[in-house]
Amino acid sequence: MQAERDIRIGKDLVAASAMPLVLAILNEGESYGYAILKRIDELSGGEMEWTDGMLYPLLHRLDRLGYVEASWDSPPGGRRRRYYRITPGGRKALSEQRRQWEVVSGALQNAWRSFQVANPVLSTVEG
Amino acid sequence: MESTGDPGIEARIKEWRSYLQRRQAIHHVDVDELEDHLRSQISDLGAAGLSEDESFLVAIKRIGGVNELSREFARERSSQLWKQLVLGGDGVRGHPVSQYGGLLITICFAIGAAAAFKFPAVFGIDPFDPGTADGGNGDAEASFYLRNTALLALPFLIGFLAWRRSIPVRAIAGLAVPFIAAAILVNVFPFETGGDTEPLAAIHLPIILWLVAGVAYLGGAWRGDAPRMDFVRFTGEWFIYYALIAFGGVALSGLTLGVFAAIDIDVEPFIASWVLPCGAVGAVVVVAWLVEAKQSVIENMAPVLTSVFTPLFALMLVAAIAGMALTGNFVDAERDVLILFDVLLVIVVGLVLYSISARDSDATPTLMDAIQLVLVVSALVIDVLALAAILSRITEFGFTPNRTAGLGLNVVLLANLVWSAWLLSAFLRGRRQFSDLERWQTRYIPVYAVWAAIVVVAFPPLFGFD
Repeated sequence: MQAERDIRIGKDLVAASAMPLVLAILNEGESYGYAILKRIDELSGGEMEWTDGMLYPLLHRLDRLGYVEASWDSPPGGRRRRYYRITPGGRKALSEQRRQWEVVSGALQNAWRSFQVANPVLSTVEG
Repeated sequence: MESTGDPGIEARIKEWRSYLQRRQAIHHVDVDELEDHLRSQISDLGAAGLSEDESFLVAIKRIGGVNELSREFARERSSQLWKQLVLGGDGVRGHPVSQYGGLLITICFAIGAAAAFKFPAVFGIDPFDPGTADGGNGDAEASFYLRNTALLALPFLIGFLAWRRSIPVRAIAGLAVPFIAAAILVNVFPFETGGDTEPLAAIHLPIILWLVAGVAYLGGAWRGDAPRMDFVRFTGEWFIYYALIAFGGVALSGLTLGVFAAIDIDVEPFIASWVLPCGAVGAVVVVAWLVEAKQSVIENMAPVLTSVFTPLFALMLVAAIAGMALTGNFVDAERDVLILFDVLLVIVVGLVLYSISARDSDATPTLMDAIQLVLVVSALVIDVLALAAILSRITEFGFTPNRTAGLGLNVVLLANLVWSAWLLSAFLRGRRQFSDLERWQTRYIPVYAVWAAIVVVAFPPLFGFD
């Protein structure tokens, strides 16, 4: 694991997982762009590299699809900030996304089980 | 939290902001949001020990390139089909041809259209050649082209669109049916020379065929409201590009004539009988390709023009109403007045359609919507006054083909605008969604086709082909 740290997660994989990840983070509670990115960093152990700006078009899309609600909050004296909140529609989409990802990840798990069986054979051959 | 009192960094953030704001796809609120992100990042990096300049550079780098960001926002903002086509995304195009391959095939379709358009010359039908036009048969030849121009040119546009959309052969055969039917009809009808029903059919036929081309443009998916709006958008852009290219073509031809006249070579027959007709027909296809391929990612032109002309037309109409009210002069039901008011309504419907097609359907009412309501209502007021005058003329002199066609068109457009005005005012009062107005316009499109079909098919026999 440690040795693989500098190998970033591929761009396509990041793009595909972005929507469920953001929805899941908003499911924890309302948040704003910068905090969402920090949370993704935390959750992935820093392995998922985003171009930060790209989060905002995504949030806009989620808003358009009705999965999140956005509102501006301007604290007195501070600068205004846009907060996002998940909607019931967003929760539904999240659970559907989760089901799909579990299918994918289950399939991968099964595929890798046979991989793990094959692996020792490989290493003995090499040995 | 606020990391900075340093004027240097503030200036740089301001500069970055204005750079972002120049991208139309990135709206003002997005820039605010991105700035908040930037400042949060800078202050975090500053807390981690970076200098302010370093923090700024790292934060900018992490936000990413402005071009990509603007492209992503444009892609997101446009749920519209055509922008995705232009962005080359999502396999809609279907053909992995290079840009030059696409251009080459486009040119083939354009040449095909030009060749088909000149093909009747093989049989001696060539009203463009000044030499033969004098030969006494000129009227019949001109009338052949009057009836058949759209039938000769538009199949190639449809072929081109069918190729772009990979439409199956069966569907293409379905699209051919209206063309064949129309070709038989307009050429079998015994139109009287100099009668009104022939030019009326010739004017209305392209409308039907253009809507058939719309089915091809949408790859057969013409039933939804959103795809229809895409086609409206395409039509507007096509029209503008065509006008620009026609303008350029005429200027070029004029210059060519002048230059060759200066060296004593007469190119006028060649330009009149080949360059202009072939260019005009070929441009139908080339412009369609241009609209698709060269569409700016950021904004299109039709909405820009509508937002310029909507207030101007509204002003003109309000002034006209004020003029009537002050002087007491109402519409004088002269012969051409009906056509004038039809043109007025067509323009108003066009302005309404294109500003709708360019609008965010989830946005809240703006000043522009109010101006649009003023435009529609004042057009309605004037038109009702004109209609009253025209109706009295019709009851006095009876129905002629022209008057009936003009009146029918007027009623069709009036019905559209009355309900549009109602929806628009309900939207301004917050009673209705903007998408209701969108839906009304897109669902109304078949009415135009039906009316055009009536004029083409039923009018000639009804009025004795006169």
